[in-house]
Amino acid sequence: MSTASPSTHVIRLDDYAPLLGAPEISQLRALASRLQGRTMQMVNSTAMGGGVAEILNRVVPILEELGLSVKWDVITGGNDFWEITKAFHNALHGGPYDMPPESFEIFLAYNEQNRARMQFEAEFILVHDPQPVALIKARHDHSGHWLWRCHIDLSQPNPEVWKFLEPYVSRYDGAVFSSPAFARQLPIPQYLSYPSIDPLSEKNRDLEPEFVRGVLERFNIDPQRTILTQISRFDRLKDPVGVVRAYQIVKRYFDCQLVLAGGGATDDPEGEAVLQEVHQVAGNDQDIHLLNLPPWSAIEINALQRGSTIIIQKSLREGFGLTVSEGLWKKKPMVASAVGGIPTQVIHRHTGLLAHSVEGTAYQVRFLLSNPALAQRLGEQGHEHVREHFLITSQVRRHLTACLHLKNKG
Amino acid sequence: MKTAEHPFRFVTAAYLTRICNQKARTLAELSRDLEACSDASIFYHTFQSLGRYHFLTEGFSNDFAQWVLASCNRAVLAEKLASLDIRDYLALAELRSDLRQLVDDYCRAHPQFAEQSAFEPFYFCEGIEVTVPLDREARTLEEFCEALRNMSNAAFQYHFIASRLRLHLRTNDFSHWIETELALPTLAKRANQIDIYTNTLDSGREKLLSLAERELAR
Repeated sequence: MSTASPSTHVIRLDDYAPLLGAPEISQLRALASRLQGRTMQMVNSTAMGGGVAEILNRVVPILEELGLSVKWDVITGGNDFWEITKAFHNALHGGPYDMPPESFEIFLAYNEQNRARMQFEAEFILVHDPQPVALIKARHDHSGHWLWRCHIDLSQPNPEVWKFLEPYVSRYDGAVFSSPAFARQLPIPQYLSYPSIDPLSEKNRDLEPEFVRGVLERFNIDPQRTILTQISRFDRLKDPVGVVRAYQIVKRYFDCQLVLAGGGATDDPEGEAVLQEVHQVAGNDQDIHLLNLPPWSAIEINALQRGSTIIIQKSLREGFGLTVSEGLWKKKPMVASAVGGIPTQVIHRHTGLLAHSVEGTAYQVRFLLSNPALAQRLGEQGHEHVREHFLITSQVRRHLTACLHLKNKG
Repeated sequence: MKTAEHPFRFVTAAYLTRICNQKARTLAELSRDLEACSDASIFYHTFQSLGRYHFLTEGFSNDFAQWVLASCNRAVLAEKLASLDIRDYLALAELRSDLRQLVDDYCRAHPQFAEQSAFEPFYFCEGIEVTVPLDREARTLEEFCEALRNMSNAAFQYHFIASRLRLHLRTNDFSHWIETELALPTLAKRANQIDIYTNTLDSGREKLLSLAERELAR
C-alpha cells in the first residue's frame, strides 16, 4: 500500500505488473518485439497541460522502453494562431465560428512554418488534433504511415470549419477517434482508440485510508456519512446545478452529503458565474460542499473520489469524460449521463448506471443506496472495465497494434 | 504421458477496432445493418465482445443484446439475442442470419417498436486481428500447463474463443490439440465444456489449468 508522499520514482513498465499481471506486460513486449527500432513521431500543440500532453508524457517513455524510437514534436504559433485554433475547437464541438475569413490563411501559414521547421522521417506519424492537421502536406517527401488522432467530438461540427479541415484529414492513412459517435463519414479508414488514465499517477494511485479520511476532514466532509461526489470544472456543460437538484431529491430519502469539486472558477469568468449559480441553488445546506480547487490538487481529488459512496457525472455534453474512468478505477459505483464517451465507460447495469435527466440521476442514486451489494458489484466490474480498456498500458497496446497493422499492410 | 508429434505453438493477438459506416438508430435499422455489415463486424460484436467484456459474467452476452436492452429498453428481444450461444456456430453467416431473424420476428410482432428511436445509436465496428507468435511451445501436457500459467488474456482468448470459427469445428485450439496430439479426448471434451459466458478469461484459464493438472496427477 502506498502513502500520500510525492513519488520521485521513475515509473517503468514493470511497475504496472502488480496491477495488471506479468503476462499482460509480457504481451506488450511480444507485440513490441516486431517493432524493435521502428520510428514513431508524435506531433501535437502543447508539451504541458491538457489531456493529450498528459497522456503523451506517459505513453512516449513506455513505447521507448519497449524498443521503439519515438520523437515528440510540439508545434509553435503566435497568439493569433492559438485564438484561431481555440475557435476551431469550439466550432468543431458544434458552436458558431466568428473569426474572419482570413483566419484560415493564418492557420495554414503557421502550419506551413512548422512544416518547414520540422522533419518527418518516422515510419509512423501520429498527428494529434486539428492544430497541426495541415502538416500532412509534408507527406509527399517520404513514405511513412500518417494517422490523424482526433481527441474531440466531431459528431456535430460547425460546417464551415469542418469543410475547411476535411480535405486535410482525408489525406491521412487513417483517422483515430475516441468513440464511434465522434467519427465522420470519411474516405479513409477510421479507427477507435480510447484515451487513458495512469493508475500510478497522483490522481489515481492507491492511498492510505487515513490519508483519505484526513482530506475529507480538511474539507469538513463527514467520512462516516454517505458522500455523493461529482468532480468537474464549474462549467454549465457539466450541469453542477442539475447535480445539486438531483442530490436534493435523494436527500428526501437518504441522509447524505454532496461534494462538487473542481477548478475553473478563478481563472474563468464563466466558471465564477456558474459557481455563483450553484451557491444559489445550494442555499444554506451545510451538507453541500463546493470545492474550487487549484490545478495542483490531483491527490486531493484522488482522496475525494476514494472517500465517496457514489460518484456522479451528470454532464450535458462531454468529450470522452475520463473522470468517469478515474472513479471506476477506484471501484466506485457510478451514475452518469449517457452523453459523449460516457456510455463507452459506463455499460448500463454492468459497470454503472446511466441517466438522462435530473430525476433519473436521483432515482439511480437512490437505487444504488438501497442496493449496496449491487453498487459494490458495479464498482468492481467498473474497475475491471478500466483495467482492460482505459489504462495507459491499454493505450500503448493499441498504438503497437496500429503500427503492426500498418506495417503488415505495407 | 504422451509427447505430441506437433507441438502447440502459442500465439498472442491484439485487435485494432475499425469504425464502420453503419449506424442503427432503431430496431428496423439494426435489422437492415445486420444484413449489410461485414462478417468482421458480426464477429466483433459477438465473439470479440465476449473477450472485451469477459469480466461481466452475469447478463452480458453480446453487443447487440446489450444495446437492445440499454438503449431500446426491449428486454424480451434482448434476452433472445443474449441467448444465442456462439459455440453453436461454425460460420458467421449462420449467426448473422439468426440475429437478423430474431430482430425481424420481434419487429413484425411489435411494429410499434420497430421505428422507435433508441437513446443511443448502435455503431457497427469491426476488429482487425494482429497476431504475434510467442516464443513458447508445448509438446507435453506438463509444458502446456506451464505455458497456461503465464498466458495473457489476449492469448487465451485467441486460442479458446476466437479459434472456434477458424477451426470450423465446435471446439477450440486447446481441446483440438489435446485430443489430436495427446490423445486425451475426455480432457479435451471437458476443456471445451468450460462456459465462456459465465467465466472470466482468468477463471476460464484457471479451470482449464485445474483440469489439466488433475490429468497430470492421475
